[in-house]
Amino acid sequence: MKIIQQAAACTLALMLYGAISATAWAATINIHNGADPTSLDPHKVSGDWENRIVGDIFEGLVTEDPNAEAIPGQAASWTVSDDGLVYTFTLRDGIQWTDGTPVTANDFVFAFQRLMDPATAASYAYLQYPIKNAEGINAGDITDIASLGAKAIDDTTLEITLEQPTPYFIGALTHYTAFPLPKHVVEEKGEEWVKIGNIATNGPYKPTEWVPGSHVTTVKNDGHYDAANITIDGAKFFVLEDESAALKRYRAGEFDILTDFPTDQYDWMQENLPGEARVAPFAGLYYYVVNNTKAPFDNPDVRKALSMSINREVIGPQILGTGEIPAYSWVPPGMANYGDPVEVDWKDMSYGDKVAMAKELLTGAGFNADNPLKLQLRYNTNENHKRIAIAIAAMWKPVGIEVELYNTETKVHYEELQNNIVDVGRAGWLADYNDADNFLNLLKSDIQYNYGRYSNSEFDALLNKANETTDLTARSELLREAEAIALNESASIPIYYYLSRNVVSPKVEGFVDNAFDIHRTRWLTLSE
Amino acid sequence: MLAYALKRLLSTIPVLWIAITACFFILRLAPGGPFDGERPLPQAIKDNLAAHYNLDKPLIEQYLIYIGNVLKGDLGPSFINQDFNVAEQLLSGLPYTLTLGTSAFVFAVLAGILAGIAGALYKNSLPDYLLGLFILLGLVVPNFLVAPILQLVFGLQLDWLPVGGWGDGSIAFLVLPVVVLALPHIARISRLMRGALIEVLNSNYIRTARSKGLSRTRIVVRHALKPALMPVVSYLGPAAGFLLTGSVIVETIFGLPGIGRYFINAALNRDYGMVLGTVIFYMVLIVVLNLIVDILYAWLDPRVRTQ
Repeated sequence: MKIIQQAAACTLALMLYGAISATAWAATINIHNGADPTSLDPHKVSGDWENRIVGDIFEGLVTEDPNAEAIPGQAASWTVSDDGLVYTFTLRDGIQWTDGTPVTANDFVFAFQRLMDPATAASYAYLQYPIKNAEGINAGDITDIASLGAKAIDDTTLEITLEQPTPYFIGALTHYTAFPLPKHVVEEKGEEWVKIGNIATNGPYKPTEWVPGSHVTTVKNDGHYDAANITIDGAKFFVLEDESAALKRYRAGEFDILTDFPTDQYDWMQENLPGEARVAPFAGLYYYVVNNTKAPFDNPDVRKALSMSINREVIGPQILGTGEIPAYSWVPPGMANYGDPVEVDWKDMSYGDKVAMAKELLTGAGFNADNPLKLQLRYNTNENHKRIAIAIAAMWKPVGIEVELYNTETKVHYEELQNNIVDVGRAGWLADYNDADNFLNLLKSDIQYNYGRYSNSEFDALLNKANETTDLTARSELLREAEAIALNESASIPIYYYLSRNVVSPKVEGFVDNAFDIHRTRWLTLSE
Repeated sequence: MLAYALKRLLSTIPVLWIAITACFFILRLAPGGPFDGERPLPQAIKDNLAAHYNLDKPLIEQYLIYIGNVLKGDLGPSFINQDFNVAEQLLSGLPYTLTLGTSAFVFAVLAGILAGIAGALYKNSLPDYLLGLFILLGLVVPNFLVAPILQLVFGLQLDWLPVGGWGDGSIAFLVLPVVVLALPHIARISRLMRGALIEVLNSNYIRTARSKGLSRTRIVVRHALKPALMPVVSYLGPAAGFLLTGSVIVETIFGLPGIGRYFINAALNRDYGMVLGTVIFYMVLIVVLNLIVDILYAWLDPRVRTQ
């Protein structure tokens, strides 16, 4: 009886092996992609791991080159009106969906309208708020979706009208929120349009398989206008959140690209896999929020003392081990149309002098050895955030600041930041588009993700004025002026600029480190 | 027996209902919501999302909608993986988890029982001590340590087996995860088996059998094994439950698409529907497995049958 049962169990197991189909390993690139994607629907995704897939299978009016800079995509060319408000795009000839239906201007209009439709509940819709009436429609204030500033003049001409001149608009169009959708498929299949088997895409690749928790497979779209120049036949994006395990699989040749790696193994990799582990400046900022509405943190001197007494120079090289660049500005270097960022005026003081000055500032604010400044430092549970918080608490101690460390899971952490109940808390921001405005907005009064509730009418006025300015130099001057004000008042504490971390096999060519860490498969080549 | 089984199954319905209800409300008490994240959403968009998933309705109404849907067999949407609903995700992961779990279960039972028998027969001699050491290691070394070590040794150094992934589903991809999953269970089963067999071998009826001149093999196989299996069988229910619901650690380290990781990820992501879906799945599985164990018990021990 027992033997029979065991035999039955073995047979069941064997049947199950068979049931899970074996897929052939063609000449595909194997990419370690981190988490499972939320969706293949460009309106439902929000993460960089999703962008890697969605940006390979769909393509907007403009797309990214190997440096992540905007180049013509589905649009062959465009013109901009003198007032910077009306963009007219001419689509390429012969572009089509993977089911053979032509891609028309109506597919773009349909996609923009669906993105803004409150019923779609697209979490990233706000990125296209520069389009006329977009915000009103998305918030439900305007019910006529057709009033959105995206119109099809004919099948190959698309006109987009903006609320105000937006110098980064072309860059924002590379984003997945601006991808067209196959109107005919979405209308026919409804919510099911995105399932493998139904989905039609217009990018260099098309999805052919998705095993939740394992991988998404794409194959080259031979109908893409640039197909003749694309050498990789397909890609597999693997779900694997354990970075150490991913590195082992990379070493065993199971992955060609890792999109992150365990920082504590960076030294080992530099020695044993020379040139394969790549770190590069990334348009993002790691910072500490200070609650500007709560005493004593409403005193700019107290905030300045907190900021000055952090020894940023040791955080990247010694605490994280990957050499993150210390941040003394709010806008990371390298943002388009901005020039060098404005930095705090005390940047070049010696650390000893900074500490001495911080002590003076605290004394001036009424704190001393008998009455130390006490604060709670919150971070979301993560080994690196913890290390940094411990180090900073240790740097603050000699200045006379007593720190209570407090960690919570990510969801709770961000809810508490938004509810403004945090003294000092860890946060980070990665650029959505290549413009300084994307960072400075974090400190604007009426912005929800201004966690520290910094509020300065002059700062707000400068940002508003910059948004109405079409002359790029004048605009950058206004933005820089605003940044200087925020830094002077220590609105928040910038700590370091993010680095992108990738491991790229020597078999892969064409992988260019860039500030947005976007590397479309169509630009890569793979050798045996 | 059938009536007994049916009665047992029916009695689990109120238990299931209480568990779903408690879980539904406890989840909502947890701070943070499914759409809170590193990048906060504008209020208008949060409102759109809440409306889309009925999260803007009063909690009690949401609860009634959910219970109504569950009764219709609809476990609802998942917030985190929007292209697949909860049922689709569980069904998609199930073949992988079942393959892994069944293989690990069979391996653990066979290896555990054999090791236990060997330990009992060679009691207090070198094989027993070696097995004892192995058992101790299996029990105390956590799987998140065993897994990377096995990956390093067999995947990278010796290059015998794939380091991770499901690949084409061939046995080579299963060996390491199955061993890691089975190891602690082999240790426990062999310890139970060894202890029980030693006790049975010292009992009077075995001494009688021995005095009648029966061979050692015959005594062990025919007379001692069945009663000695009792404690092992009572352990098999929980062990099967544990193995068949998947392991978040093994699935994460080996990158396998099973359902184990949903238990943790869904809770951390406040994916309400997914958490409730896994709870329902887990409970039904445990109930069924316990029932099987009870039936096995009745087969092994005639006294249970007559009760």
